Amino acid sequence: MTNLFFDHNATTPIRPKAFDLATSIMSEVGNAASVHSFGRQANKHVETARRQIGEILNVDAQQIIFNSGATEGNNTILKGFAGQRILISSIEHPSIMECGVAAEKIPVQQNGVIDLDALQEMLNHPTPPALVSVMMVNNETGVIQPIQEIARMAKAVGALVHCDAVQAFGRLPITRESLGVDFMTISAHKIGGTHGVGALVCAAGLQVPRLVQGGGQERRQRGGTVNVAGIAAFGAAAVDACSVLDDYQKLSIWRDRIESHIRKTSNRVRILGQEAPRVANTSMVIVDSKSGETLLMAFDLEGVALSAGSACSSGSTKLSYTLTAMGIESSPQIASLRVSLGHTTTEKEVEQFIAVWDKVSARLFKD
Amino acid sequence: MMSKQINSLGFAKPPAETRVVVAMSGGVDSSVAAALLHEQGYDVVGITLQLYDYGDAIAKKGACCAGKDIYDAKRVAEERGFPHYVLNYESNFRQSVIEDFVESYLKGETPIPCVKCNQTVKFKDLLQVARDLDADCMVTGHYIQRIVNEDGIAELHRATDAGKDQSYFLFATTQEQLDFLRFPLGGWTKDITRQHAERLGLVNADKPDSQDICFVPNGDYASVVKKIAPHAEQPGQIIHLDGRVLGTHQGIIHYTVGQRKGLGIGGGFTENNEPLYVVAVDAESAKVLVGPKEALARDVVRLKSCNWLDHSSDAPICVEVKLRSMTRAVTATLTRHEDGSATLVLDTPQYGISPGQAAVCYKDQRVIGGGWIISTELCSMAKAA
Repeated sequence: MTNLFFDHNATTPIRPKAFDLATSIMSEVGNAASVHSFGRQANKHVETARRQIGEILNVDAQQIIFNSGATEGNNTILKGFAGQRILISSIEHPSIMECGVAAEKIPVQQNGVIDLDALQEMLNHPTPPALVSVMMVNNETGVIQPIQEIARMAKAVGALVHCDAVQAFGRLPITRESLGVDFMTISAHKIGGTHGVGALVCAAGLQVPRLVQGGGQERRQRGGTVNVAGIAAFGAAAVDACSVLDDYQKLSIWRDRIESHIRKTSNRVRILGQEAPRVANTSMVIVDSKSGETLLMAFDLEGVALSAGSACSSGSTKLSYTLTAMGIESSPQIASLRVSLGHTTTEKEVEQFIAVWDKVSARLFKD
Repeated sequence: MMSKQINSLGFAKPPAETRVVVAMSGGVDSSVAAALLHEQGYDVVGITLQLYDYGDAIAKKGACCAGKDIYDAKRVAEERGFPHYVLNYESNFRQSVIEDFVESYLKGETPIPCVKCNQTVKFKDLLQVARDLDADCMVTGHYIQRIVNEDGIAELHRATDAGKDQSYFLFATTQEQLDFLRFPLGGWTKDITRQHAERLGLVNADKPDSQDICFVPNGDYASVVKKIAPHAEQPGQIIHLDGRVLGTHQGIIHYTVGQRKGLGIGGGFTENNEPLYVVAVDAESAKVLVGPKEALARDVVRLKSCNWLDHSSDAPICVEVKLRSMTRAVTATLTRHEDGSATLVLDTPQYGISPGQAAVCYKDQRVIGGGWIISTELCSMAKAA
């Protein structure tokens, strides 16, 4: 039986160095905030990770605030600006879209790239926005946003800029400065760390808004006992991932091989965002088929793990707002399949995937 | 030689090569069906349908239980180790079942949404999903039996446990659907199902049976109707068969033929101190007609949109017929017509037969089929007149 994990945008296998470090630290005792030797030992692990991630992103270690992951990071920033004028793109992650803070949505073009003309118009408003928040890489399509340009435009009207860089960190060579943003959200498990760990990165001189309070950890910017093992593993995973960024770009060869194959199999299939700059590992496949809703299940039953878009927490299938924003009309006939490769993907797996694709498509796209 | 053996679901191959889609509601019955087949080595795939927005549609007590059904089904599948999926069928369900339910009430009928759901959502849409997934059959936890006769044709039979028999709700199952369906619990009593649930350690082993229509918590169907059709509460008159106006009502949706309680006409008794019943509901004039019990007597029942499973001729035959889910079957003569309608002549008049309900016909234990009641008459009275 095939057993292929092609859903690396949902999460990716933990990197061996991160795993070894985390398991070894989990056998130690110590609260990183304690003054005694155990506490100092724990804190050393945390600060090592802070330094490692700081070096990668070319920021001072103090500019990194660890938290529980991207949802907390994104919520923290948006809620910190609640009540002020906020612009977000119309394809942000649910932790931005549905965090309960009102924001105006910047449209995207059909290729999934933000509409800069529309953004400029929204910026020219008599009340300039306090915050502009746009993701670097879309989790569903892999499309890369022109963050530097967006940041430049937003800053020209005095706005602060936040970038959800969860799907970009560890995949593209980025630093806070190169993007020109004030706040960045990153997550550990998307690059081979553990679940439940992430960080906010802020520009020098800024503080992140306070969401979780009480306890004074993370220099009073994020309360709660820090996840020592998880944070240490985050640092190790970041170093590991960023040392092989060139290899990561090679995933596009396999991705392109998959895309050209599946487009040949049926004219009911198309790839979204292909004309736009994309991260190397992601394919958003749109399928026009009566049996669209069963596609994901059919692949799962063949041992191939894909996603319908973002990993919907309810597990039910429904076309996402990201695809709607890109002009895909919601219909029971239209299904989306996200194929996302990762650091453990092999050429053999790619060939296995193509074989399963042929089997499933022969059955479900016949009419 | 092993592969020639017929497995428990009737396929000439090992269970491991037999893919079975189990329609899991989250209740104990379908959970047991799925877990047992998985235990027997079948390639089980559980599917649960999200049929309505549990939080939104009925933001009331009980709503959380419905959401819990999906959770329970998922938990059973995870614990037992077979795949499980949730499909969002809210729009199909709304169009095929809820709107039809509301329309039926607005026409003065008493609908049975569970039959519509089986007929449209479960045995049509979900069954197609099962076929798309390359399943050999689809299983439900219904208490009804599928028996293959000597000619190799699948027949539908009442459940062994008469108290649990769900054949009334499954009369619209077509032969093609029946060929693909399996009902492993049909030969059991509920006790056995519960014992298996405990033995298998299912999380929902102690869950009580559902009583209400799934999208109508606490039996308050009127509020569901009102929510979708706010004009449903058009007041009208309550009129005695003899022409006297006895009072007014707050909408025909609160009345069903044969109803005695809650007529809203203080007392609701005849001169002879006999109770009054709803005899007819006229949607167009918004009138509710009431009368003594005798006025409910009917012995001719006309059906539409019939489904027959006995492949028999049009000649009249003697059958037993159930005219409501909770009443006993009575004897009748069935005559089928070419346009899909049918006429039942009951051996003895029955009381409180309501349009919108189903008439389900049996020959001994076998379900022959049935149809939707559109009108009733009293033939003996017609003769007398």
